[in-house]
Amino acid sequence: MHIIESGNVAAALGVKLSRAQVIAAYPITPQTPLTEKLSEIVEAGELDAQYIPVESEHSALAVCIAASSAGARAFTATSANGLLYMHEQIHWAAGARLPIVMCVVNRGVGAPWTVWNDHQDSISQRDTGWIQIYVNDHQQIIDTVIKSFRLAEEVMIPIMVCYDGYLLSHTYMPFDVPEQDRVDAFLPPYKAPYALDPENPANLNTVTLPDIRFDAQGRLAHGYMEIRYLLQEDMRKALDAASSIERQFFEMFGRGGDAFFELYCCEDADYIAVSMGSLSYHLRDVADLLRASGIRVGVMSVHLYRPFPASMIAQALVHARRIIVFEKALSYGYEGALCSDIKSALFHHGHNQARPEVLGHVLGLGGREIRTEDLHEALKHSCTTPVAHPDEIGWIGLKI
Amino acid sequence: MSTRDYGWSTSHSEPGPGDAGKTGSWRVLRPVLDPGACIPAKRNAPACFICWLYCPDGIITRSIPPTIDYEYCKGCGICAEECPTKAIIMVEESSVTKGKP
Amino acid sequence: MEHEHLEIRWHGRGGQGAITAAKIVAKATFESGYPGVAMVPTFGTERRGAPVFTSLKVSKTKIYDLSPISRPDIIVVLDHLLLEETDILHGLKPGGILVINTPKPLEAYNFDGTRLAVADVTAVSCRAGLPEGMVNAGIIGSFARATDFLDFALLIRNIEEEFQGRRASENAQAARLCYENTTVMGY
Repeated sequence: MHIIESGNVAAALGVKLSRAQVIAAYPITPQTPLTEKLSEIVEAGELDAQYIPVESEHSALAVCIAASSAGARAFTATSANGLLYMHEQIHWAAGARLPIVMCVVNRGVGAPWTVWNDHQDSISQRDTGWIQIYVNDHQQIIDTVIKSFRLAEEVMIPIMVCYDGYLLSHTYMPFDVPEQDRVDAFLPPYKAPYALDPENPANLNTVTLPDIRFDAQGRLAHGYMEIRYLLQEDMRKALDAASSIERQFFEMFGRGGDAFFELYCCEDADYIAVSMGSLSYHLRDVADLLRASGIRVGVMSVHLYRPFPASMIAQALVHARRIIVFEKALSYGYEGALCSDIKSALFHHGHNQARPEVLGHVLGLGGREIRTEDLHEALKHSCTTPVAHPDEIGWIGLKI
Repeated sequence: MSTRDYGWSTSHSEPGPGDAGKTGSWRVLRPVLDPGACIPAKRNAPACFICWLYCPDGIITRSIPPTIDYEYCKGCGICAEECPTKAIIMVEESSVTKGKP
Repeated sequence: MEHEHLEIRWHGRGGQGAITAAKIVAKATFESGYPGVAMVPTFGTERRGAPVFTSLKVSKTKIYDLSPISRPDIIVVLDHLLLEETDILHGLKPGGILVINTPKPLEAYNFDGTRLAVADVTAVSCRAGLPEGMVNAGIIGSFARATDFLDFALLIRNIEEEFQGRRASENAQAARLCYENTTVMGY
């Protein structure tokens, strides 16, 4: 059934349809309406879940870690400084290999204080061992929440579903809410490979030694490094798993189709704009404008950011003359993380061809309005002017 | 004119009205002070000033009697809530502005 | 009347219901067969009484640009005092429509090149049995009268659905009365 609702409600309905069993979250703008909606759904008896109020984001994820360790399907959500306050537990959830799903309603981080959108919060959590997926509209929010539980439980790695604060979280647009029985067929109940059991006590995530060891039963056990190696190995395997789950979802629901990225007018493009989230859709309008003036522009929306589908991204980009990356985050002192990742992908995979030039732009920090005219001018300039300083990023909408 | 001329490389705010513009138009309820019930006004001496202390926007003066700057007062009602003698009451803004063209 | 693409900007005060009104119209628009609908509130300081606005974009194709409307076809104002406070009319297209909740008559305004519609939505909504200040259903009646964009019965049904259990019939009645009591100026 198609409804018109906010992005936060789309996320809440995705969690409901996924039959999450434990929800623990601490309200923070712009995530708050998502957790309010979930608490209403649980209170009304529409979802058989424990909704556990907590006093902080650190505790919210700690509750999810405990619940997931006991075999429950667990969900949380946060934004900005709330996500950063979780940081220690974020690493923990990944290292403990717990299939928690978390919505990150993207917001700039303080200081200075801001409640508005950019991507610095989740990008700064890139290296925590979580899968990160960025979505562009409400349909992708609800669908990705459902797919994420399936993927997380298959590879035993937690997932952040990242969507733009306000621009998506508080915007109303139409989307289809899939029927419960079809979601049930796609996403079976979670069966934990190991769940805490008072009858068979065990201590989880205990201290490891620098080297491997024999345990109490005489079995050869991993050291820290083997456990971390397996996380990397399974992260890389998650690329295939994500692809296969995407295919199954497409067959059942007729939507989606590419777990890694979406391409718009890229086949013959001389210039490809690359971005994540709602901005990547905004760029489609700009590409149309530029094509009308004879500049062949395409747009790539990156969905799966970790694990990074580097070879597939490189294959999709390598034929272009120039790649222009638009980011709402920055690795201060260098450039945007996505820009570095794109360069790295092309370095490995563009070996026998001339590699495209890669330019980075930063924009929209702390909710700075992104005007179509500004995007148009920046993209046009990036397509038509020789690259003078490839190490310098461009700033769009800056008023200093 | 450039924001560089601001001189700070951080967000910075100093005491004083108006950092967010003339916020008085936001008001739905207006605090009205009755000098007959106000402690400093009745005693004609500096005393109490709880309203001045609690006003989150710093728009009540520490004077006899205290005055309220309606250009900036957002009508939060904290002064009325905290006033020990209930000398401040909140009235509908529309009852004051009615008849305004 | 059919449109390829239409941009409607709604101005109100926090708590007045501009976003709810735009949401109701968004739903009716989608049900009228426009697949592209996006209602994008612009959030500043979230507080009752503060000026707020929201952008409703309607199209025959999917909406990709979620930035605030800068060149509206229609502007709806839920409180006429906002006209003195902020640049409400900014960017209104020549021949664009302006709908204002105001106690003043048409003659009190002079907006060249706009199609102006006025109604005392505040007073009329009270007559429909709503408490003073509840204007978001009423303004939809004025909007419908001024624009002839959507089927009025469809709008009424969406108002009743939105206010289910919260004075649904009074809100629908306010929209009907405002529809009847809106005066529209020519070009």
